[in-house]
Amino acid sequence: MLSIKNLHVSVGDKPILKGINLEIKAGEIHAIMGPNGSGKSTLSHVLSGKGGYTVTEGSATYQGKDLLDMAPEIRAREGVFLAFQYPVEIPGVSNIYLLKAALNSIRKHHGQPEVDAMDFLTLVKEKVRLLEMDEKFLYRAVNEGFSGGEKKRNEILQMAILEPKLCIMDETDSGLDIDALKIVSEGVNSLRSPERSFVMVTHYQRLLDYIKPDFVHVLAHGQIVKSGGADLALELEEKGYSWVEEAAA
Amino acid sequence: MNTATASRYAAEYQTIAPALPGQTLPWLQALRAEALEQFSAQGFPSPREEEWRYTNVSGIEKKLFSPSADLTAGDVNAGLKAYQMQDAWVLVLVNGHFSAELSVLDGLPEAVSVMGMADALAKQPDRVEKYLGKAADQSEHSFIAFNTAWFTDGLFVHVPAKLVLDRPIQLLHIVTGVDAMATTRNIIIADEMAEAKVIETFISRDGVYAASLPGAGAAISRDGVYAASLPGAGAAVGKDSAYLTAAVTEVFVGQNADLTLYKMQSESEKAYHFGGSYIKQARDARFTHHNFAFGSLLARSDIHVDLDHASECELNGLYLGVKRQHIDNHTRINHLKPYAISRELYKGVLDDRAQGVFQGRVIVAVDAQKTDSQMNNRNLLLSDDAEVDTKPQLEIYADDVKCGHGVTVGQLDEKSIFYLQSRCVDEETARNMLTFAFANEMVDKVEIKGLHDMVLEQVLARFPQQGVNKEWL
Repeated sequence: MLSIKNLHVSVGDKPILKGINLEIKAGEIHAIMGPNGSGKSTLSHVLSGKGGYTVTEGSATYQGKDLLDMAPEIRAREGVFLAFQYPVEIPGVSNIYLLKAALNSIRKHHGQPEVDAMDFLTLVKEKVRLLEMDEKFLYRAVNEGFSGGEKKRNEILQMAILEPKLCIMDETDSGLDIDALKIVSEGVNSLRSPERSFVMVTHYQRLLDYIKPDFVHVLAHGQIVKSGGADLALELEEKGYSWVEEAAA
Repeated sequence: MNTATASRYAAEYQTIAPALPGQTLPWLQALRAEALEQFSAQGFPSPREEEWRYTNVSGIEKKLFSPSADLTAGDVNAGLKAYQMQDAWVLVLVNGHFSAELSVLDGLPEAVSVMGMADALAKQPDRVEKYLGKAADQSEHSFIAFNTAWFTDGLFVHVPAKLVLDRPIQLLHIVTGVDAMATTRNIIIADEMAEAKVIETFISRDGVYAASLPGAGAAISRDGVYAASLPGAGAAVGKDSAYLTAAVTEVFVGQNADLTLYKMQSESEKAYHFGGSYIKQARDARFTHHNFAFGSLLARSDIHVDLDHASECELNGLYLGVKRQHIDNHTRINHLKPYAISRELYKGVLDDRAQGVFQGRVIVAVDAQKTDSQMNNRNLLLSDDAEVDTKPQLEIYADDVKCGHGVTVGQLDEKSIFYLQSRCVDEETARNMLTFAFANEMVDKVEIKGLHDMVLEQVLARFPQQGVNKEWL
């Protein structure tokens, strides 16, 4: 699914990622953990194509294609989905409008006709129920005036409708209370499939109680300093990040 | 100030005066004489006046616009259709004259008075006297004086106490005469506990972008008595017809009444527009204004509100300028008494070489304790040559108030563009969507479907439509 080799990324002259290697196979869930400033968010931004980063070395191959060479919207249409840490409010564009625009862009990209209006509405309403959202959210402006939990739920709703292959979740648990965390996690778990992979970027172990990863990687100073199974997250929770940082130094 | 021009207009006045309504009313004659004197001395406002600093109307002085004579209804009908509201009572003013024939008043409750200003002055002068000149102060600037001296007609709308109108009233101003002036004086009154929605629409036979709007396209040729003697008279008003609209609307919102006033202005590329709305709110009155300024060559709107005890006003505005348009919105909110609330949001989008002006003044009087006021102005510049001059002003004389204001001038937000890209939307489409969305926030505030759709058409006609799928909206 995704193969990252010796990835070096800088912001301006400052190197942030210093040789990341990561192999993600279809159906796997990988958690990327690490202290603040370790480069976690940079990794998710670079994979989704956000501007302001320079790749100085290395590669990221997605389904056999050079991911880093694609415009952000092409990556999205190819099935890469970034769930934002801080979903952006877009006053004046309704949620349902954006969902339709996004879904039809994907269909067009794959040479399919636009979605039928009635089928679309049925699909959307079904997913809304699944995420325990109010249908009114569909007709409100994208994320405008939403609470933190509502914004994250909205990200999962988009994910459920667009059916991406690779989901990059950037600090999904930040700003969520326990109830919202449960609903969001259930939403993610319901989307798990042998064809879909997840990269969960998170500072805390808490989210991993609800979404069990297959692999955990610890990022420190721009490198993956330790990899392991789900147990590694628990160990980190107990011992803190200084333990692995010191071990790597 | 150009007194030479002022005197040209003033000299012309003597020929026009006998045809103006209300000539037998001493109070109105006195008011008009005073106004004429002020205008003769000052001419049109000059950029040297603080309130006119960013708007130069000297173009009007180079021309000599003349009032058109009363026109009978005719093929103007075709041009009106695109702008005429359904499910509304519609009052039509052609070149500044009320046309009963074109107006639609079926089913209007008898208790509501709706008539042309000339009729009102002829039939109920005492009633008009109570209101005319009471909300608009002609000593404030010479456009108001000009209107007072020159007005040929207008509309008089009076909604009695406790009456709730279930349909809006549309005041549709259309200009068809070349080099004409359409000078109307309008009065809108909502008595205690009345509720009404009134829509002011200012259009020329062809709006700036009328070609792309439905219903436009029929040729119309009208000429008036004064216009007939001028070169080019009789030709249809098209995209490039020069004329002058100078409208003053005085609004009185009674105690506990709730009035919503909409203004939609979209006129010819060479037309000049001055439109002043002066509002007086009684105790506990509610007033909402939605101002959609699509402009002309030069357009200036005044929206001035006086707030009494615990009254509330909300001013919303959207101005979209393209090509070389100049669009000036000048708002003033006077908090005269305690506990009043005001909310203001004006948004502007300027492209090409267009210039936008926003002047927002909030004045909180010494007595107006517990005032709650918030003013915001946001602007989007789409071209390097577009310009906006924005001047929010708070003048606070009371000491226990909550007042805020904010202004932004900028380009589209890069974070939003990336967010849309990450949702499969390409960058250009994302930019178009966001530009549209910026404006659409104001359009969405319109609850009257027919008007909402009409305003939406105007917005879509001005900005790249690629990326905005109308059918999905």
